[in-house]
Amino acid sequence: MTTARGHEPAILVLEDGRTFHGAAYGAVGRTVGEAVFSTGMTGYQETLTDPSYHRQVVVMTAPHIGNTGVNSADMESRRIWVAGYVVRDPAIRPSNWRSQGDLEQALREAGVVGISGVDTRALTRHLRDRGAMRVGIFSGDAARAPVDELLGAVTSAPVMVGSALAAEVSTKEPYVVSPPEGAPVRFTVAALDLGIKETTPALLAARGVRVHVLPATSSFEDVAALRPDGVFFSNGPGDPATADHEVELLRRVLDERIPFFGICFGNQLLGRALGLGTYKLPFGHRGLNQPVLDRSTGKVEVTSHNHGFAVGWPAGIPTDEPVETSYGRVSCSHVALNDDVVEGLRCEDAPAFSVQYHPEAAAGPHDAEYLFDRFVELLTTHQQERDHRAQA
Amino acid sequence: MPRREDIRSVLVIGSGPIVIGQAAEFDYSGTQACRVLREEGVRVILVNSNPATIMTDPGVADATYVEPITPEIVEAIIAKERPDAVLATLGGQTALNTAIALHEAGTLERYGCPLIGANVEAIQLGEDRQLFKGVVSRCGAEVARSAICHTLDEALAAAQDLGYPVVVRPSFTMGGLGSGFAHDEASLRRIAGAGLQDSPTTEVLLEESIMGWKEYELEVMRDRADNVVVVCSIENLDPMGVHTGDSITVAPAMTLTDREYQRLRDIGIAVIREVGVDTGGCNIQFAVNPEDGRVIVIEMNPRVSRSSALASKATGYPIAKIAAKMALGYTLDEVPNDITSARGGRAAGGPGGTRGAEPPERFYSAAFEPTLDYVVVKVPRFAFEKFPAADPTLTTTMKSVGEAMSLGRNFTEALQKALRSVERSNSSFHWREEEAPTPGMAHALLEQAGTPTDGRLVLVQQALRGGCTVEEVHHGTGIDPWFLDQIALLNDIAARVQHEVRSDGGRLTPELLRHAKRHGFSDAQLAELTGMDEAVVRGVRHALGVRPVYKTVDTCAGEFAARTPYHYSSYDEETEVAPRERPAVIILGSGPNRIGQGIEFDYSCVHASLTLREHGFDTVMVNCNPETVSTDYDTSSRLYFEPLTLEDVLEVVHAERQAGPLAGVIVQLGGQTPLGLAAALKAEGVPVVGTSPEAIHLAEDRGAFGRVLAETGLTAPRHGTAYSVEDALEVAHEIGYPVLVRPSYVLGGRGMEIVYDDESLAGYVGRATQTTPGRAVHPVLVDRFLDTAVEIDVDALYDGVDLYLGGIMEHIEEAGIHSGDSACVLPPFTLGRTELEEVRSATRRLAEAIGVRGLINVQFALAQDVLYVLEANPRASRTVPFVAKATGVALARAAARVMMGTTIAQLREEGVLPGEVDGGAMPDDAPFSVKEAILPFRRFRTQTGEAVDSILGPEMRSTGEVMGIDASFGAAFAKSQLRAGSSLPTGGTVFVSVANRDKRSMIFPVKRLVDLGFRVLATAGTADVLRRNGIQAEVVRKHSSGRGSDGTARTIVDRITAGEVDMVINTPSGRDARADGYAIRAATTSLDKPIITTVQQLAVAVLGIEAMRAGPLGVATLQEHAAALDLFGRRAAGHPEA
Repeated sequence: MTTARGHEPAILVLEDGRTFHGAAYGAVGRTVGEAVFSTGMTGYQETLTDPSYHRQVVVMTAPHIGNTGVNSADMESRRIWVAGYVVRDPAIRPSNWRSQGDLEQALREAGVVGISGVDTRALTRHLRDRGAMRVGIFSGDAARAPVDELLGAVTSAPVMVGSALAAEVSTKEPYVVSPPEGAPVRFTVAALDLGIKETTPALLAARGVRVHVLPATSSFEDVAALRPDGVFFSNGPGDPATADHEVELLRRVLDERIPFFGICFGNQLLGRALGLGTYKLPFGHRGLNQPVLDRSTGKVEVTSHNHGFAVGWPAGIPTDEPVETSYGRVSCSHVALNDDVVEGLRCEDAPAFSVQYHPEAAAGPHDAEYLFDRFVELLTTHQQERDHRAQA
Repeated sequence: MPRREDIRSVLVIGSGPIVIGQAAEFDYSGTQACRVLREEGVRVILVNSNPATIMTDPGVADATYVEPITPEIVEAIIAKERPDAVLATLGGQTALNTAIALHEAGTLERYGCPLIGANVEAIQLGEDRQLFKGVVSRCGAEVARSAICHTLDEALAAAQDLGYPVVVRPSFTMGGLGSGFAHDEASLRRIAGAGLQDSPTTEVLLEESIMGWKEYELEVMRDRADNVVVVCSIENLDPMGVHTGDSITVAPAMTLTDREYQRLRDIGIAVIREVGVDTGGCNIQFAVNPEDGRVIVIEMNPRVSRSSALASKATGYPIAKIAAKMALGYTLDEVPNDITSARGGRAAGGPGGTRGAEPPERFYSAAFEPTLDYVVVKVPRFAFEKFPAADPTLTTTMKSVGEAMSLGRNFTEALQKALRSVERSNSSFHWREEEAPTPGMAHALLEQAGTPTDGRLVLVQQALRGGCTVEEVHHGTGIDPWFLDQIALLNDIAARVQHEVRSDGGRLTPELLRHAKRHGFSDAQLAELTGMDEAVVRGVRHALGVRPVYKTVDTCAGEFAARTPYHYSSYDEETEVAPRERPAVIILGSGPNRIGQGIEFDYSCVHASLTLREHGFDTVMVNCNPETVSTDYDTSSRLYFEPLTLEDVLEVVHAERQAGPLAGVIVQLGGQTPLGLAAALKAEGVPVVGTSPEAIHLAEDRGAFGRVLAETGLTAPRHGTAYSVEDALEVAHEIGYPVLVRPSYVLGGRGMEIVYDDESLAGYVGRATQTTPGRAVHPVLVDRFLDTAVEIDVDALYDGVDLYLGGIMEHIEEAGIHSGDSACVLPPFTLGRTELEEVRSATRRLAEAIGVRGLINVQFALAQDVLYVLEANPRASRTVPFVAKATGVALARAAARVMMGTTIAQLREEGVLPGEVDGGAMPDDAPFSVKEAILPFRRFRTQTGEAVDSILGPEMRSTGEVMGIDASFGAAFAKSQLRAGSSLPTGGTVFVSVANRDKRSMIFPVKRLVDLGFRVLATAGTADVLRRNGIQAEVVRKHSSGRGSDGTARTIVDRITAGEVDMVINTPSGRDARADGYAIRAATTSLDKPIITTVQQLAVAVLGIEAMRAGPLGVATLQEHAAALDLFGRRAAGHPEA
């Protein structure tokens, strides 16, 4: 435990009773959420502001956090979403030419309770071996209660399985992200915000797409009213099994043969719409170094991941063979090299595809950015076919 | 993609001798590559002239050529072996340059053996600066503004354009040789002039200055399916202006946001694709403007580099191994990450399988990017004390001779461990009260720290301690404020410790103690801060239960279970050391490479580990040198990447004792570093195996050793000990001049000199006291110097009963030149049977009297038929690998077994050692092996830009060695002198200038040179002697005579500089000629022409020249030599391998 920085003591309590002592970091108080670890060495600010981390207590495996401070350009949404933050060695002062402030100050302002000085590797190994679980961080007065009382607070918190969280993070009002000044608008896409990161519409806009970002509660009629060339479903928090409304909406999109692209939560929802199940991974994929094989090219891309759930593949069918669904054949287009998890779906008979990981990166490598080009190609061919049909 | 089936044999080109900028890392890379190729069923043909390497062990390649790495010799090997392909990307710049020369000569095409890894176009795109500039701009990135120049005039004009200061970089040189900053026209003339000389293409690049910018490196890998991964990011703590090899570097990058890091990654990947490195690793360096983030690509190496070795050790991702697999055609996703994967390749249910029950052991591929949950710091090790005339300012020319790496769970822990790992006094931060800087002193320190030098970081720490602000220090040094803040944090912790101890009656709370340990404070530093003894601090710490835990380098920050026990210490909560059943042997390595303690010791450690693993032990390696094979994670059962201090070693011993039975600790193989810990380890109850610490003391302590000699009836040169100038003069008068003087307790001949008169002796004794500050009484040892003696080096094994003589080496130079710097030959070429028997008997008596169990190295001098013992070292010596290769006997392996209790008789029976004979009685037809030292003089310049003196002496200054082996002595010697740029000439002009004492011995060799058609230049005195002996020599003007009244007369130095002289023979004489000699040697060194400084060298050089003129030098493998030598008697026994 380290209390060198004049911070109050803090305690981290896992639902299986293991505890770690450290010092308060960020806001002082108490917080409970799902403990997950993220192995990225850069991009803590993007991670903190990724809505997919809503209700999660994020453990950073990189020991030094906060070195480059915070700045307005690296925000992936309007606020910090994590429920709690666990670090080993927070920076004493930020140093970077783009830095506009101190991370701990930002956490404090956002009311995020964190803990520093803990053996984050021991904690990570524990989560790896035992799986994701609930955790509480208690600092200041909250840390003075007996441990079994703290443990009670942890075990009475809701679990992630069965949690519907997209609506909690989604925008309340629709908004539009347009291509840069002077650039032609080639397509219009309706993007359902299930916890969208700002880089995603920006990358689409850079490709001539006007993006209408819609609340998660939008109806198919709201979507259709925009006469979109395509529909996009974003990443987001929570259990995909609870997102019946969004799945229904997506089925209507598929019925209408509107081109569709989904990322992360959007991939899980496409899976559900196609009749495939979803399941919770033992401890998820969270990092910037995850190898994914693109089956269509045979190439490996290093990708940014943040998912605790995944799409299941029907038992008995290898992932390199397509499965029949009510929307025709579906292929597993991408697979995780580390554990064979389905990382992408492609409808062979419908204009729809999705990936489980983050081609928008932020944070992470840009290897998968080509998927935005694929979406634009899909929009292009579909529009040509439509025009062709109209002419005929 | 499956592996290429068209490749059945590969020629691997090694990197040759250890030189500055190209060191042990290429043995590590090359060894990995050879092993991978053989595992894949490829016949491996290896050429490397460096005998101290693991890769040249006969078991590593199928055909091992310890031959010079020159295009001619390599062509002869290609002609003989007809390999399907040549792999040159794992042997540093030497291999790459040789490959390009072979390509340009049409050799590769003629024999149909293409380069694999990187093709010639890619090498040229990466290395040619103008072409590379095009590559970078096609990738949408920037390079520094620059101009290519082929003449000095072009350079001067370009500098006007770019504005001073400008960076000068010669093309196609390694380790930044010849590059530097020119601040004005004068310095440009000097640096660019030398750079044009150094560049094989007479080309230098002038660049806008980006000094003070942040510097980063990325290690990038690509396979033939165009998959690319970035293995590691490295941030230099020292900003731009210091060669990355001389910088303190940190992994991963500490001060980049994701956007900035991804920008570097995108550029790096685009560049490797644009350059077209087909498969394998490359290294790309960037400069980032700290003010606005502007990125400039500095350079890329289309090959495995020093940084790749560092990155491999820092991440656990074995770049060279994977590069070799990719050269055979595998793609990254087909190659396992063997830190996390099950051993033995792809497990069932790998990628493409169905999701179902988890396979018990998964296959994780190398197609990923390692992620670190620790911080790695590398600190360079310098040797400026060996070159007092050299300018110690750090520049873009690399000057360090080695490096230490440390890992910690935070930067401060890693940094402090790395600083103590370099094993130099004052390399660590200190808080000595008597040296507490006042604010005024602090600013003076900061001023000093503005110039990068070895130890600058301590100045920075002291400046901060004295009250300079982080902003001030950042402004003065360019070091990023984040790093400075971490150093300020250390000062704060130190102050808290001091305060707490003072205010609380000398007590330190467990919390603060633990806090200090978490930031890397050593027990020694805490002792200094608390005024306690280090042992007391350790005792208190242990009593409070404050001990390190050991974490694992696993490439994935704990996401998956690691199967490879590669550990580092940290003061954290949970340890990952697994229990074990087999008894463990802890092998202490040799730490950072330095002059006098290099790769040769690592060689012995590696062999001990490999052999003891095969014989029932778990081996545990402790070392902190990232360049070496010993710190490869699969050399030993367990690897602890730790400093080699008593504290750090005791903690490893403790951890391993908790894990299972401990058979003992080996201190004999890693050189002086572990040997120095022997007594203290024993005192702490640690079992030291092999020769006991008491026996080590007998050999090391002068008085005790004197008694050993008396007991055994052996003689040492007369000697005495002096505490003052008067003492010294008295001793010298009693034993007679010349005398060899040295401070007591020194390594590598540090501070040793030969003096011929009272004046020099008095001067020396005065200076010597400064060499060892902080010791009240420090005597100087005065030995009679045997100036005409033949020096003999012996490596032997002793088990308490039997002696096995590994080899007897005869030095070519006379006594007085450090054994590490002098050429030697095995078998001895002038010693008779009785002399050899005397050496054997003396060695046996010494080994017995000292109580050796394992290796002993003895240095003898033979003068007027008397055998003198100069020194005995009861440990592995620098020559063990050379002896092993010359005799075909795995001496280091046998030594390790003896230390663990196996007898020599058993080893002879097992066939580890020859059954009957030994290396001290080589058959008459044995091939000759010559070991020659490689000296780094060309690396160094004085502050005024002159070359440093290349004269040899009792102080060791070589960085490495080569071996020449051939049936004829002359050819073996010629090979030992043969290397790119500097070889014996077979004709042309020689310049001769010898000291009076050498004039008689020079006549016959010079006459022979004339007979061979050489033209001779000589100074007047030498020319007279030659003429009287019927040898015509052209008299040349001495340098000291000047250029005459009209300034047009050319001196010898002018003629050497003009390239008119092909070889220089200059033996140093008295003081008067010294200035002349220096200028001659400096000019010769600058041109990299052969220079002979002793008459013994001259005699053998003539033999070498004759051998070269007799026809092309033949090539043969070590395997062929060993079979011909047949020490094991396999031919007679009808053994199939014979």
